[in-house]
Amino acid sequence: MEYDIVIVGAGIAGMRAAIAAAEKSRKLSVALIAKTYPIRCHSVCAEGGTAAVLREGDSFELHAWDTVKGSDFLADQDAVEFFVRECPVEIIRLENWGCPWSRNEDGTIAQRPFGGHSFNRATYAKDRTGLHEVHTLYERMLMYDNIEIFPEYFITNLAIENGAVQGVSAIKLKTGDMEFFEAKAVIFATGGAGRLYGFTTYSHQVTGDGLAIAYRNGIPLKDMEFFQFHPTGLIPSGILMTEGCRGEGGYLLNRNGERFMKNYAPEKMEIAPRDVVSRAMWTEIIEGRGFEGEYGPYIALDLRHLGEEKIEERLPLIRDAAIKFAGVDPVEEPIPVKPVAHYTMGGIDTNMRCETAVKGFFAAGECACVSIHGANRLGANSTAECLVFGRVAGEVAAEYALNAKPGKISAEFRQKEEKRIFDDLLGKSGDESPYQIKKELNETMDKNMWIFREENGLKEAVRKIRELKDRYRNVEINDRSRGFNTDLTSTIEIGYMLDLAEVVAIGALKRQESRGAHYRLDYPKRDDENWLKHTLAYYTPEGPKFDYKPVTITKWKPVERKY
Amino acid sequence: MVEFKIRRYDGEKSYWQSFEIPAKRGMTVLEALYYIKENYDSSLAFRASCRMGVCGSCAMKINDKPRLACETQVLMLGNAVKVEPLDNFRVIKDLITEFEGFFEKHKAVKPYLIRKDDVYAEPKELLQTPEELNEYYIFTLCIKCGACYSVCPAAATLDDYLGPAAMAAAYRFCADSRDEGQRERYRIVSSSNGVWRCHLAMECSEVCPKNVEPAKAVQLLRRKTAFSILKSLLGW
Repeated sequence: MEYDIVIVGAGIAGMRAAIAAAEKSRKLSVALIAKTYPIRCHSVCAEGGTAAVLREGDSFELHAWDTVKGSDFLADQDAVEFFVRECPVEIIRLENWGCPWSRNEDGTIAQRPFGGHSFNRATYAKDRTGLHEVHTLYERMLMYDNIEIFPEYFITNLAIENGAVQGVSAIKLKTGDMEFFEAKAVIFATGGAGRLYGFTTYSHQVTGDGLAIAYRNGIPLKDMEFFQFHPTGLIPSGILMTEGCRGEGGYLLNRNGERFMKNYAPEKMEIAPRDVVSRAMWTEIIEGRGFEGEYGPYIALDLRHLGEEKIEERLPLIRDAAIKFAGVDPVEEPIPVKPVAHYTMGGIDTNMRCETAVKGFFAAGECACVSIHGANRLGANSTAECLVFGRVAGEVAAEYALNAKPGKISAEFRQKEEKRIFDDLLGKSGDESPYQIKKELNETMDKNMWIFREENGLKEAVRKIRELKDRYRNVEINDRSRGFNTDLTSTIEIGYMLDLAEVVAIGALKRQESRGAHYRLDYPKRDDENWLKHTLAYYTPEGPKFDYKPVTITKWKPVERKY
Repeated sequence: MVEFKIRRYDGEKSYWQSFEIPAKRGMTVLEALYYIKENYDSSLAFRASCRMGVCGSCAMKINDKPRLACETQVLMLGNAVKVEPLDNFRVIKDLITEFEGFFEKHKAVKPYLIRKDDVYAEPKELLQTPEELNEYYIFTLCIKCGACYSVCPAAATLDDYLGPAAMAAAYRFCADSRDEGQRERYRIVSSSNGVWRCHLAMECSEVCPKNVEPAKAVQLLRRKTAFSILKSLLGW
């Protein structure tokens, strides 16, 4: 199959890219490939809002400063300045395409407070922001004849020849056959790597496929040691309880009934940035001030004082989820929560135009690292990033494709890829269960690469991951059939995750400082002299090789971060 | 221990298989399926992603009723749980069914905002009051899980019937104060595979895990399309 542009991943970034490319020229053929149906993507789980400067009193300068400060000064400031200027138009576009944004009485689009933002700029659709953004983009996409959707295709590799991208290979799940998509330009919008962790807000499908494929093809991954822990994961499932709960006025309480955030962020209290709040909660838990529950210690997220009417109006999904998954009605009782793995700040190294080290290969959304989030992303900036940089990727890829030669995937590549998947992996015998390996990986991540890290734990994690990688060579896939072989695809995903975990662990071990979400008990201070720089990890068969590059600073010199 | 009886299909034959699950409080049917896949039989195929009831992947028939596996607590089902693929969809493998046609039908009703002044480059904020939003909001909650379609008697007998989810989508846009595409959509949903084929069984609304009430959307569309036909007959 031949296309001008192939986009992998059909979440907010991927669909926004498809529309942007299709708009650029109706002559361009665009293929959108994803391992689920588009509306089953993880973006639907975004709840609280999308940041944008829409109203008087707010400014680009302020949104940029909040973002840079939130990033603990690891964000590239030129990228942040560009990003904040592009957010508002994307909100209005979605509005014009039917997004049911929540409204003020006068009919204008409503906004709410959010963590680390010094203005109420989280644009929201109740607490189902991601769901409605995804559905709006999907529905809009149906209007373009030059976008073809390939749902339930599982990507296996990226074809790069003569220094330029040529296309991708993917398993068509329904038949189990390998298919090759030749393309002038390829955009990855494949999402983060959250299922590395056991206790996580992420959907089951978020296994870092695109990240690992890019990495294995020699494209560096940037800042992967920075993983965000969201303060409020529902116990025991890890389902996200939006920051909007606190944005709307909810409290965090320890077992003494104390709003303990006053000891950590006296000014911002519960709506300090996520790294600050998660550390505070974990400290309360470690020091014995958490509640005791059947699944271990927890913190109470108290919404009772908001009243039933406001909860129903602003946070209906939260109420429904708390009742269904924890048996707790937030109108009557506080919600049991604790910090939870939530967002991958790092990703495929790109510039502001979503370009990577390989010609014709672009990345956008959570799988990319521009970087606008640096060491800690602010809430409501991720869906905004997907919209802004999804659009940029679509436009830049379209410009590129209009002047590029057709992609050609060689016969040799095709044979090698089929052999790799069907003979070497599906066909082989062994005595390891991929699911046992995944379980042990999750345990290691949750234990040693959690909110507080230190050298011994990280060294143990590296050792364990290497052991799991060795054992993975000996896995056996029991299901030998072709159609919808989810045993095969799960096993491939676990292979992706092991490579990524190694990058996260070694990157974290090397970074001997504390910055944003990466906190080292043995190096509790930020060290701008030695570590104000981005990490780059390059694949080698023996494990990642590391390099570093400077952070772009335009206006804001690093200062102490207080909330 | 809870006994799970699962209807399986390997592309050629269909059969039942049973598993014993150590269920505890809080365990969902989806978690039980993962438990089976990871501990007993890794060939078991099912769709799942968000596990919080918003992605629509895991609708299946559980104890004779279509439900989202991720939202269904095992212990609420008693000691025996029966899991089958959705009815009215062709089975591909185990609990995975063919959704292509379902999404085609959704697309057929033009489920997007239609406006004459659609300007991609320079969009302008359109106003919509909270009351106007509430006119259609409930219908935006459809996650296309297929539960409604699986119990629809009209869909069971008529292959090309648009079905409840597509109809809810059509109504959602027709009722949006920003939309100008009502006429086109009324024409589509009043065709031979549209609203007049509905048996008014209302089962779709009963099983909808998001309380979308597609049956109500069909009723409202009937009223609107009848009025629209009348208008065009009278040349208004």
